[in-house]
Amino acid sequence: MFEASSREIRDQKLQAAWRRAFLFVTILLILPVGVILWILAMKGGPALSWAFFTDWPRDGMTAGGIFPALIGTLWLVGVALVASVPVGVAAAVYLSEYAPDNALTRLINLAIINLAGVPSIVHALFGVGAFVLFFNMGTSILAASLTLAVMTLPVVIVSTRESLQAVPRAFREACWSLGATRWQTIRHVVLPNSGSGILTGIILEVSRTVGETAPIMFTGAAFFLPILPSGVGDQTMAMSLHLFVVATQVPGVPVELPFGVALVLVGMVLALNAISIVFRTRLRRRKKW
Amino acid sequence: MDRGAISVRDFSLWYGNFQALEDVNLESAAGKITSLIGPSGCGKSTLLRSVNRINERLGYVRTSGDINVLGHNITAPSVSKVQLGRRVGMVFQRPNPLPLSIRENILFGWKLHARGDDGVDMEAEVVERALQEVLLWDRVKDRLNDAAINLSLEEQQKLCIARLLPVKPDVLLMDEPCSALDPVATEAVESLLWGMRGKYTILLVTHNMAQARRASDDCAFMLMGKMVEAGPTAEMFVSPVKQETADYIEGRYG
Ligand SMILES: Nc1ncnc2c1ncn2[C@@H]1O[C@H](COP(=O)(O)OP(=O)(O)OP(=O)(O)O)[C@@H](O)[C@H]1O
Ligand SMILES: [Mg+2]
Repeated sequence: MFEASSREIRDQKLQAAWRRAFLFVTILLILPVGVILWILAMKGGPALSWAFFTDWPRDGMTAGGIFPALIGTLWLVGVALVASVPVGVAAAVYLSEYAPDNALTRLINLAIINLAGVPSIVHALFGVGAFVLFFNMGTSILAASLTLAVMTLPVVIVSTRESLQAVPRAFREACWSLGATRWQTIRHVVLPNSGSGILTGIILEVSRTVGETAPIMFTGAAFFLPILPSGVGDQTMAMSLHLFVVATQVPGVPVELPFGVALVLVGMVLALNAISIVFRTRLRRRKKW
Repeated sequence: MDRGAISVRDFSLWYGNFQALEDVNLESAAGKITSLIGPSGCGKSTLLRSVNRINERLGYVRTSGDINVLGHNITAPSVSKVQLGRRVGMVFQRPNPLPLSIRENILFGWKLHARGDDGVDMEAEVVERALQEVLLWDRVKDRLNDAAINLSLEEQQKLCIARLLPVKPDVLLMDEPCSALDPVATEAVESLLWGMRGKYTILLVTHNMAQARRASDDCAFMLMGKMVEAGPTAEMFVSPVKQETADYIEGRYG
């Protein structure tokens, strides 16, 4: 009585075949990532050691470690964050909570989307023109970080605005009905309930900033420096540029060195992404709506 | 004018180009429950949300006419929405506790407005008094730090009423406060409202004829943005003046 008809059986087989096809395509997607990581680990793994992180490059950059590049990247990313996060979050709060729906607001939104699509080399030229030359910062951490900040600002604004708008209208209405001002609503209800989204956006910004080369190349990163930067006015080495240099600019580099640098760089990005995922799931578990 | 009275005079409201209220008039006596009835979309919520002016936060809303609360014209430009929100509390259709603990929900409005007057060390007393007033204290006194969202819907709605009380409002606006609740919970909230009569002036929007009849002193019937008829509930349900009112009460409208 309840046996499947031959037609149902055929449909089920067809569905199973489609499911396998989709699974196959999905696997194709992860394959390149897996292969890249595997090659990096095989070829760069031997270069890794504690000393690799704490030593300076030696023998015309054909040996030694990556210490100054690592520190330099921390400088660049840190200063870029200090510049972009407050501006980005403030802009997102304005756009999401205060801005009237008019031509100016739409123009700003359009500009943000377009800014996100500008190639990084163009940002680099902008950085040279604006920060290095016009504002007379010279090639320095400050100029390079501000260039990175401008480049990642749209990401911060868009992701922050989206997390703010994900806060249910009912919460805002609850605040309004208690006579809270707009700012009190933002401060006590909207921001605390969008923190995880904002944080995720910021971490993704960092992971993008870590790997960028073009924007810092002409604005503040150097091939080699014998000393660490002492402030934001100095130039610095950086991981991404260092990889470019040891991979293409210096003769006689043993093969595991550039692969080692690449492995550390990719490791940093993956670690940051992992942190952002952990953050998000933990904060998401805490809230229930 | 009576303290606590709401009086709406020739009030109109537009959402953009759409006129949602047209020359509405309403008198609501102090300490009484006035129910607002009418078919869906007739502007009940809009009228209610005009009394504490939260409609205006939408940005594209225009109004004309006056609304007096406690004898003061609240549409005047000098009126502070913060002070208004303090005097006029609102409860929504779906219980909307903030994603905080029970205690923090009660203290939220109080911290914004009244803590300066009452003193910081009053917290525990404020929480207890508010929860006692909505008959919730005995049920939640041992879990004040639990998330409010874990309460039952009835308890959540009572909490939403309770959190208005510490700032000492005079007027409570209720937008279908029972429509998300089952009959037993509805009855509990209704009898709570009936018990709060006298102390607060309550404006109650409802779709439920029986509720309007049971739980209000006066009743106002709206249709398509206009006030059709208003008067004592007992009279209106027995002998409505207008034909539309009679049709609606007898269930001939949607
Ligand atoms: N935010 C808004 N923007 C534009 N139009 C709105 C808005 N809110 C309500 N309206 C419109 O105004 C009219 C009155 O809506 P309102 O919510 O006041 O009706 P209601 O009587 O409360 O209905 P219900 O019984 O369904 O809650 C409706 O036609 C509605 O579409
Ligand atoms: Mg409504």
